[in-house]
Amino acid sequence: MLKKLSISIIYICLLTFNVSAGSDGELALKKDQPQKIKDCFEKLNRATFTFNQGLDKALIKPIAKGYRNLPDPIQNGTKNAVTNLSNLVTIPNNVLQGDIRTAIVNTGRLVINTTVGILGTIDVANKMGFPKYEKEDYGQTLGKWGIGPGCYMVLPVLGPSTVRDTAGSFANVFGGDPWYNASVHGNNEFLSEGAYIASRAISGVNFRADNIESFENLEKNSIDFYASIRSLYLQDRENKIKNTQRGNIEVIYEDNDDWEEIDNK
Amino acid sequence: MKKILIILLLINFNFTNAYSIEADVFIQSTVNRAAETLGAGLTKEERMDELKKIALDTVDIKGIGFYSLGVHRKTANEEQKIEYLKAFENYFLQSFSSRLAEYSNPIINVDSKKKINENYTIVSSTLAATDKRPAVKIEWRVYTKNKEQPLIRDLIIEGLSLARTQKEEFNSIINSASGDINVLLENLRNFSNN
Repeated sequence: MLKKLSISIIYICLLTFNVSAGSDGELALKKDQPQKIKDCFEKLNRATFTFNQGLDKALIKPIAKGYRNLPDPIQNGTKNAVTNLSNLVTIPNNVLQGDIRTAIVNTGRLVINTTVGILGTIDVANKMGFPKYEKEDYGQTLGKWGIGPGCYMVLPVLGPSTVRDTAGSFANVFGGDPWYNASVHGNNEFLSEGAYIASRAISGVNFRADNIESFENLEKNSIDFYASIRSLYLQDRENKIKNTQRGNIEVIYEDNDDWEEIDNK
Repeated sequence: MKKILIILLLINFNFTNAYSIEADVFIQSTVNRAAETLGAGLTKEERMDELKKIALDTVDIKGIGFYSLGVHRKTANEEQKIEYLKAFENYFLQSFSSRLAEYSNPIINVDSKKKINENYTIVSSTLAATDKRPAVKIEWRVYTKNKEQPLIRDLIIEGLSLARTQKEEFNSIINSASGDINVLLENLRNFSNN
């Protein structure tokens, strides 16, 4: 009870803060320009980023490297299973964003992969020619509804976020994630809070394992690694909220004014 | 007389079109050149030297440099701009060649092109999938003002712009130093020297 109350207070605070931040003209969603998202807590964020980097070097990266040594079928099966679970958050968000067609497609994908695909370990839907899966979350839905991102934040362990995205992720523990509800509040002998935490941890390790070289390369070639990560995270979220398909040319137009100004020099 | 006129017209026509390079052809030949370098069995240092030459021929380093300064372009004085461009070129070549030198035999296929205005054409390409990673979409912002010598100004990898990332990185450094561009210059020089 106390835990839920604390989460509610944090959630309300974040949303309230975000509404105030959203009133700043600079932070509002602008259709044709990249958002100027303020790094209001930069000092704290940089400290948290340093802490996360230490944790990554000491624990997460070695685990991710070890994970990559597992046989491919195990890696693929694990990745497929956690991706399949993410449908449980994606589907309600498809509905909240008014994308009923994709919600139906993803429901079909979830049913097929969970049953025929043995608890999601085999992506049967993909083999059957289902459209490419795109994850959706509550932060994206809030963005789609026109709520500004608020300030940029770096969360301990979890990494880059914004006030809006952090608030959005709290929706998972308020009934927005059926997997969380079933494992934490399900009162059954098969699932427990541990299962939920393990699935999230595996998802994180998967992501890290997929990006070992790219992060190393980026870190080695950045003069401000923190700022590079912030920029890439915010660009990625912007694309996801606009549902800009990867490789879509739309993103090119966003920064055109700045390029044009150089041409006129 | 008529024949001479036709011949003159044809010569003129050929002359004006002889050096116009299509953006997609330019990108495909550039990536082929880079792939050849990366697959030639050279040492890392040799690969980096070759990649630097390719970058000098095909990338608008000055344009990217100015773009990366963002709003600080307007406040920097002429002397700072000259110093900045010098430091930026060294930084860019070092960073560019070091990033690419890690790859071996990348296969990039040009898929399509779209002219967005007189100055820019976007070339879409795909880095072919391997056992370790899926295919990667790469868009190239090609500066086509000079038709005879197109130049690359940005790479957008899976929707993430490298030039924009660099601009935000540089601006963060300058802003952290209360707008002092010299701090960025120092960082660029340190990077190149190391």
